[in-house]
Amino acid sequence: MELTKKKRDVSGFLLISSTRILFFFLILILLVLIGKIFIEGIGIISLEFIFDEPKNNMTEGGIGPAIFGTIAVTVVMVLFAVPLGVFAAIYLSEYAKDSFFYRIIRTSINNLAGIPSIVFGLFGLGFFILFIGKNLDEVLETGLLFGQPALLWASSTLAVLVLPIVIISTLEALNSVPKSHRDASYGLGASKWQTIKSVVLPQARPGILTGTILAISRGVGETAPILFLGCAFFLPSLPVADLCIWGYCIPMINPTEQFMYLAYHIFILATQSSNPTKSLPLQYGATLVLIALTILLNITAILFRYKFRKSLGRN
Amino acid sequence: MKDVKISIKNLNLYYGTKQALKNISLNIPSKQVTAFIGPSGCGKSTFLRTLNRMNDLIDSVNITGEVLIDGIDIYDKSLDVVNLRKRVGMVFQKSNLFPKSVFENLVFGLRLNGIRDKNILLETAETTCKQAAIWDEVKDRLNEPALSLSGGQQQRLCIARALAVKPEILLMDEPASALDPISTAKIEELIHDLKTKYTIVIVTHNMQQAARVSDLTAFFYIGELIEYDKTTKIFTNPSFKQTEDYVTGRFG
Ligand SMILES: Nc1ncnc2c1ncn2[C@@H]1O[C@H](COP(=O)(O)OP(=O)(O)OP(=O)(O)O)[C@@H](O)[C@H]1O
Ligand SMILES: [Mg+2]
Repeated sequence: MELTKKKRDVSGFLLISSTRILFFFLILILLVLIGKIFIEGIGIISLEFIFDEPKNNMTEGGIGPAIFGTIAVTVVMVLFAVPLGVFAAIYLSEYAKDSFFYRIIRTSINNLAGIPSIVFGLFGLGFFILFIGKNLDEVLETGLLFGQPALLWASSTLAVLVLPIVIISTLEALNSVPKSHRDASYGLGASKWQTIKSVVLPQARPGILTGTILAISRGVGETAPILFLGCAFFLPSLPVADLCIWGYCIPMINPTEQFMYLAYHIFILATQSSNPTKSLPLQYGATLVLIALTILLNITAILFRYKFRKSLGRN
Repeated sequence: MKDVKISIKNLNLYYGTKQALKNISLNIPSKQVTAFIGPSGCGKSTFLRTLNRMNDLIDSVNITGEVLIDGIDIYDKSLDVVNLRKRVGMVFQKSNLFPKSVFENLVFGLRLNGIRDKNILLETAETTCKQAAIWDEVKDRLNEPALSLSGGQQQRLCIARALAVKPEILLMDEPASALDPISTAKIEELIHDLKTKYTIVIVTHNMQQAARVSDLTAFFYIGELIEYDKTTKIFTNPSFKQTEDYVTGRFG
């Protein structure tokens, strides 16, 4: 009796302390990684670095176009992924009946999140560019406009990639709206859609926002899915075109152009530079910007979720 | 019985294969308070929810029989459920205000109907709050979060919110079960006042409350309607042994 208890204590102790040590190592690695990047990268960060374009074969200048491209791709990605994901989640949680078909969809969504991202890249090339793009060109008789790598297809592919994130976090948010609030709404004579629109969605909004931010932070860090989809080594101009309506022109993201991308730019700086020693500081700077961006996005997401949980806890 | 508002005929309700209501028939009079009593799980809430078709929201529910309101079968295929629920308001056991302002809660039903006019909204908010005897407590707090009100105030605000839709019938499922004696007294008083305008059906576990507020009382036991009569009769001289045992507290 005495012995077995002792034994269990020892194995418990071993388990806990080894977990602790592993955990400690994990944090240490993270700190060293971020610390190193911060120390090496902070020196080069300046307004010029953020806004200038790469110069002299990428051994000087900044990362302006890559930042711009990242933002442009992300904006278009969000425009696709969020409405689609939110509506899909609304359908799944509010309208779909629990059937075989429904369970297949749920499983697919969960598995979609586990597919290697390069596969998404190939899918994007095959489906968006070669299938949709080429056919669009044929139907619209636009020549070669859509059937080639472009921002539009990169954003679409990233949207597919982050769709599970948006759907799953929206589902979570929808499910957390108490049934009693739905009952109250129906009891007052609201239709199903009115209930969703004026009771469920407002309460789920912070959760949806969290999902969106997580999706963005996933999207900006990806390189593999957009390798073949219009991500460029270097471009002399930004993917911008004037959009004119009734004589008023505003510069807009041009989705048919190619673009530079921060994550890809880092990869290029690391592997394709003509002078690695000279481009190394640039590489650190760019990495720092990317990491800062993702950390910032994640912190915002965490804050949102915290606020969301707190507001739910109140009733 | 004079002036029947709701007439239920041979109503059966099943949750999946489990029968929760067994062949229930009764008439609920207009502008009176009818109380449903009975031990926990006997189907009072389920029955109440058949009267505004809230049970439609549960997939497994199956219903046979008829529920007529003003002579019209509310389970008729052509009937608009949304419209029905506007005519038959409901107050739930636990207050379920939305995490919005007091005002937005009050006018929720009006907004559903597309009413935007600020004056109409304010006017309705005021009259219904007065009806629900809560105006003095909320008139300076209309823009505060509704969930910052006390429990008793929240429940009365729920009643006001239901009244704002101008229903003809008000269903209340243990509206005072989570409240202190003073709030409970306020709500009972309120029910008494509302009787002049609305047909009220109330579920309660509190025998004194049923005796105080209702004109008629129905006693349910495991899905069956055992006895339905004038409240005074049920509490002083019930016809069935089971009813007597229940109202005198011999089983519960
Ligand atoms: N959604 C549901 N699915 C399946 N069974 C249900 C459901 N709701 C209620 N029931 C069952 O139906 C029966 C009646 O429930 P109901 O809630 O109407 O009882 P009640 O008389 O209101 O009880 P209480 O006084 O405790 O509120 C119970 O046996 C309950 O378990
Ligand atoms: Mg009940």
